[in-house]
Amino acid sequence: MVLFIIFCPIVAAILIMAGAPARKTALVASGLMFLTTLFLLVSFQRGQRDFQHVTSFTISPEWHLSFTTGLDGLSLAMVLLAAIVTLAAVWFAGRIDKYENAFYACLLFISGGAIGAFASIDLFFFYAFHELALIPTFLLIGIWGRDNRVAAAWKITIYLAIGSFILLIGLILLYQSVPVTSRSFDIRALTVAAGSGQISADAQRHIYLLLIIGFGILISLFPFHTWAPEAYASAPAPATMLHAGVLKKFGLYGLLRLAIPLLPEGARQWTGLLVVLLLGNIIYVGLVTIAQKRLDWMLGYSSVMHMGYIFLGIASASILGATGAVVLMFAHGLSIALLFAIAGELRKRTDTLILDELGGLGKVMPFAGLAFGLGAFAAIGLPGFANFAGEILIFFGAFQNGWEMERFHIFQIATVLGLWGVVISAVYMLRAYRKTFMGTLPERFRGWKELVDLRPALRVPVTLLVGALLCYGFFPQSFVRIVVPAFRTYLTANKQP
Amino acid sequence: MTSIFPWIILLAPLLSTAVITLFTLRWKALSSSISIAAVLVSFICSCLIFAHSTAAAAGLTWIGISGVFQVPFGLTLDPLSRTMAVLVSGIGAIIHIYSLGYMRDDEGKSRYFAALSLFMFAMLGIVLGNNFVMLFIFWELVGFTSYVLIGHWFYRDAAADAAKKAFITTRIGDFGFMLGILMVWMGTDSVVFTEIAQRLWILTSHPAFLTIAALLIFCGAVGKSAQFPLHVWLPDAMEGPTPISALIHAATMVAAGVYMLVRVAFIIQASPTALLVIAWVGTITAVMAALIATQQNDIKRILAYSTLSQLGYMVMAVGLASNEAAIFHLFTHAFFKALLFLAAGSVIVMLHHEQNIWKMGGLSRNLPITFFTFLIGALALIGCPPFSGFFSKDAILALAYERNTPIFVVGLFTAFLTAFYVMRLLVIVFFGKSRSEIARKSDESPFVMTGPLIVLALLATIGGFTFFARNFLALPIEKEVAFLVPALAIAVLILGSGLAIATYRNRTSEPLSRAFALFLIGGLSMREQWAEQAVAHGESARYYGWPKWGIYRLTCFCLAWESSFSSTSPSSADVGVEF
Repeated sequence: MVLFIIFCPIVAAILIMAGAPARKTALVASGLMFLTTLFLLVSFQRGQRDFQHVTSFTISPEWHLSFTTGLDGLSLAMVLLAAIVTLAAVWFAGRIDKYENAFYACLLFISGGAIGAFASIDLFFFYAFHELALIPTFLLIGIWGRDNRVAAAWKITIYLAIGSFILLIGLILLYQSVPVTSRSFDIRALTVAAGSGQISADAQRHIYLLLIIGFGILISLFPFHTWAPEAYASAPAPATMLHAGVLKKFGLYGLLRLAIPLLPEGARQWTGLLVVLLLGNIIYVGLVTIAQKRLDWMLGYSSVMHMGYIFLGIASASILGATGAVVLMFAHGLSIALLFAIAGELRKRTDTLILDELGGLGKVMPFAGLAFGLGAFAAIGLPGFANFAGEILIFFGAFQNGWEMERFHIFQIATVLGLWGVVISAVYMLRAYRKTFMGTLPERFRGWKELVDLRPALRVPVTLLVGALLCYGFFPQSFVRIVVPAFRTYLTANKQP
Repeated sequence: MTSIFPWIILLAPLLSTAVITLFTLRWKALSSSISIAAVLVSFICSCLIFAHSTAAAAGLTWIGISGVFQVPFGLTLDPLSRTMAVLVSGIGAIIHIYSLGYMRDDEGKSRYFAALSLFMFAMLGIVLGNNFVMLFIFWELVGFTSYVLIGHWFYRDAAADAAKKAFITTRIGDFGFMLGILMVWMGTDSVVFTEIAQRLWILTSHPAFLTIAALLIFCGAVGKSAQFPLHVWLPDAMEGPTPISALIHAATMVAAGVYMLVRVAFIIQASPTALLVIAWVGTITAVMAALIATQQNDIKRILAYSTLSQLGYMVMAVGLASNEAAIFHLFTHAFFKALLFLAAGSVIVMLHHEQNIWKMGGLSRNLPITFFTFLIGALALIGCPPFSGFFSKDAILALAYERNTPIFVVGLFTAFLTAFYVMRLLVIVFFGKSRSEIARKSDESPFVMTGPLIVLALLATIGGFTFFARNFLALPIEKEVAFLVPALAIAVLILGSGLAIATYRNRTSEPLSRAFALFLIGGLSMREQWAEQAVAHGESARYYGWPKWGIYRLTCFCLAWESSFSSTSPSSADVGVEF
């Protein structure tokens, strides 16, 4: 079942390259993927800590390398995110002017690679699948991008290649840090080894730093974030949806899957650094976001900023914070995909995304206005959307870390600043919404024939994204119940009596 | 059986929003009927529960991680919340019906009613929620519906700006509120009110901690109830449709801050410092808003500043540690201010959306029902016996007289100002000669609009009588009011009204000198000296002056740094920072 979800998009991509009708095949494949994931979600054994639906093919017994896939609560959440966003991205893609088949194949490769990385229990394939997903991202920007697409493609390639390289070194060191007898690529075996204290504290500190930098570059952690807005502004909308929504979560997933359980000593050592960097994401990038003059840049920066909250949840190293981080990863993926999708549709019609040249579009495109508004309010953490559930769990989780009645420590200060970020995000989102959809329609748009609302068929993906956000926003417990058991083994409640 | 009613109160409006948004956006009449049906269902269920003092409701788990964190989704059904639910759904129902008339030709009628239903859901959620997180959730949701409804005519720049400003300003307050919730949770390990009350000793053993937490929670009320210094959004919020101004920005949502303070009064009252700060914030708001109201020229803005001022009274009462007085005034204010706004709406709509009071005049002849009901509301507002406002304002003043003399003096001065600006409004709008063509040709509103006015006028009249307050509002009212307080209150009332009538009788433009207005308003660090400017800009700019400048500098710096990494980033020369 899990194998089917991984290989369904990859096989479909190969078929499309071989000449199958691009859009239809892609839609069918992502639809099938979505339905299978829903089935997995329903049949998932709640409350169980182990991986489920495990399948394994041994590749090299002496290296303990095998192609093992399976799902626990954490990876199931990510696969669900990937399936929903893939379907929406493919649906939004529409007709492509040049190399249509290659475009859809690239999209499906990203999706297959991301899901493969999320579902792999093996370190090697975990890394390899992510690389598989990165290459089509570069291609999508370089070939189908706009504006300064070549520069943007180079920039993201260099940044992410360096990030992946540092990550690779970190993973190799991690593999070697375990004594030869229990050396394995299997993450479960590594977790057991780490649990019995077989990774020395010294090694943990080095490796954790490498992982934080490596994953950090992939996630656009401050100050390695400058690739993100530029790449997102240049990439075609479906590519941005998949990358900002799904692929970027790979790094966060990696931190939750590897860094926190395997390297607790390293996490303790570098907490201060991580907190400072994530506040850079929230406050510094937040302020930069306020000043953006273009809608797509603003969205790109806002996506970078929200990574700060997820980092805060991860850094807090408590069940509460980590669960909140997963909820927010899921919710952020859906909301940012929706926002980029609508921004892409706007661009097709207005030819510009400069905020000062837009205005009053809500009147001519009411449905787009509604969809963007819902996405914007989800992104700034309005209750009722899953983002709020994630943020509140993160704040509670971070605030209780190292709590004393008498004075505030680093995590309390970080929480206060992070909460201020909620105000910042309201400022930039509402400013952009005001300038795009509200107010008077600029003179030059009067009588534009292109300026029509989204075609009715696009209601389906919008409903899908918003529906998932609302569903888990109103009933976060159904999501939390799936995710929490995955953390129970290695994260403590972390609360003083 | 009764345990299902509380959920129906809450969920009927939500269902209405969902149905309208998903299916009936195209059919305006159907949408409005669904919305009205939902609010009536809520109202009936509220009344049924009000009668059952033993009503209870089962709770659900919203988020629960065993051993770490529990947020139930439960309902409180004590006398306070049951009474408040009746008030909210009752006034909500009246205003839904009024909206049928006011919005009859609006092209966004379905959207309007969907948002109105969502507001009812959120507001009733605040009233019924039994823990801090629920309260915060619905708190943010009313902020959202307020944003949507202020920006109902989003294609008008002023409305769009006002909506944004309202949301962001209240969110600044919510920043403190959330922090306060976090602190209380850390201290007591619970977010449920009843459990916090049981473990309050943990907080009281750390007085400084308790004071900070209480004041942070108060921040939420400062934002939502538009207290100084976050009051700036409320006058601008008058850009929304007038029924919205009546329901959200006068009767219910802005009073939610006061309701919340009363709900968590057991925390606040444990800290004398916090109480003192709260009392003075309320007092400053009351007198400052009343001063500004004396020189406004827009009928809705006068009422908005008056709302600020009255909310200041309520917060003052909370700060003087009397929940009863605060809630009593909340109720009577809800009646007479909703009435005033709806009557003003009737004037505005009959004058084709003219809001400048100097273009009205002599309307008592053309709009007799509107005039008569407005008069009742105005008399209640200035605290003229025997109307409701007299009793509730008197309760607060008597309290201040007993507990804090400086606050009493300022409160009395505010009462004088209230009488002055209300009489000014009344004289200019309804008496004298008509000063414009539309005012001469105006006609009385249809019955869907005057009907609600009459109902509210009745409530504003009897709402203050002791038997009503005690039996229907379930409030114990302190009886031994010193003779001096009502006597002084009536004296300032007569003085203020007399002065206003003498000044404004038969005038066609503002007789007071510009210097006087500057002294009053400019001195209060407001940017607009004249109300005409205020309509266009709002008073925020100067107010936010220095923080805005600071953020602007900081942003420039960040942006310059940022652009050194970027090939196509916009230049840092002209950053656009605005709020």
